Amino acid sequence: MRHLMSPLDFSVEELDQLMDLANDIEAHPDKYAHACDGKKLASLFYEPSTRTRLSHEAAMINLGGSVLGFSSADSSSAAKGESVSDTIRMVSCYADICAMRHPKEGAPMVACKHSTIPVINAGDGGHQHPTQTLTDLLTIRSLKGHLGNLTIGLCGDLKFGRTVHSLIHALVRYENVKFILISPEELRLPSYIRQDVLERNKVDYSEVVRLEDALPDLDLLYMTRVQKERFFNEDDYVRMKDFYILDKKKMELAPKDMMVLHPLPRVNEISVEVDQDPRAKYFEQVQYGVYVRMALILTLLDIHIS
Amino acid sequence: MVKNTLNVGSISEGFVLDHIQAGKSMEIYKHLNLDKLDCCVAIIKNARSNKMGKKDIMKIECPIDFVDLDILGFIDHNITVNIIQDEKIVSKKELHLPNEITNVIKCKNPRCITSIEQGLDHIFVLTDEEKQIYRCKYCEEKYQSK
Repeated sequence: MRHLMSPLDFSVEELDQLMDLANDIEAHPDKYAHACDGKKLASLFYEPSTRTRLSHEAAMINLGGSVLGFSSADSSSAAKGESVSDTIRMVSCYADICAMRHPKEGAPMVACKHSTIPVINAGDGGHQHPTQTLTDLLTIRSLKGHLGNLTIGLCGDLKFGRTVHSLIHALVRYENVKFILISPEELRLPSYIRQDVLERNKVDYSEVVRLEDALPDLDLLYMTRVQKERFFNEDDYVRMKDFYILDKKKMELAPKDMMVLHPLPRVNEISVEVDQDPRAKYFEQVQYGVYVRMALILTLLDIHIS
Repeated sequence: MVKNTLNVGSISEGFVLDHIQAGKSMEIYKHLNLDKLDCCVAIIKNARSNKMGKKDIMKIECPIDFVDLDILGFIDHNITVNIIQDEKIVSKKELHLPNEITNVIKCKNPRCITSIEQGLDHIFVLTDEEKQIYRCKYCEEKYQSK
């Protein structure tokens, strides 16, 4: 039995198979409409989530399965003090697979040690968010046609953004990927990722502060939200927040085939006028999130549709 | 024999741990789970040492496969481990950093599941042997002794 704890749990070959399956689901949704008939997904969300929870639940429903669970710790037995290991033992009796989001880092790993059903880590604190990374990889591969030979701009909060860290870990496994890291000094990518991941894998990267300086060279721009609570004073935040608003004018500097992704939610870092630009792919990215989670559920349940 | 000299007899089978940093022997006693073993243990604290000034020494009399000494590599890899059989030193064990450490150090990350889940082992994994970096198995936070 397999679980998904980290995006690196899958080899490059296994990821290819997963994404092939996701693309087949995209092309032939009817073929998979009853693949999970009679199966149940337990959706264990100990903290609020919109996209991730609905995406997992939509994925299971699209496959013909059903969903049970809770959407906050207050409405679960965690409020009474039940441990993760006890909860998952109980849930294993009710469902065939589970997706868990938990504010404590490593909680899904504790769950998978005691579970008799596959566990999907749907986000554990600031640690991992593997299904977002799978979503990002599928979106890039589907829209660009490949995951190697790309110059990728990562913009915003590179210090605390777990989606950026996971994406870097996943993408360094592909050939000729170059990163341009766009962030204010205060939110630079942590040195342990620069040294232990980028430099160790001999990945070409550069760091810039101005988004405008990077845009002309990018195949892909991955925007993230600059979070107010990370700044020591309001002035710095306001300066940086405005610095990274991607608008129509800045998009004029970007190549015609560059695409813009964002893990969402966005606040003001992408101006709504950019939504009309054909290079804005962040809502398609949401749709790919459902396809990849459908493929993941089938893979972890070992269900094959010929 | 000099009068008033502390004398600890030789052991027939087991270990002599020498060059332990003075004062560390009780910690080692605990981490090797010697309190759970029915064997003869001698702890000499603050013994005179030309090399170290003061040192601790431990003698553990037991079959040599009874004690897992790997954790010593994490606690202090300068400890000399003499393996005794038939009252003689038959070999010296070279200490390496263990790949995994269980319930020796605790994760200090307040966001880690180990901070709330009862009965959960605190497990650290060696992720970089060269830099001697251990990370929590659950949250991957780097262990820092201070």
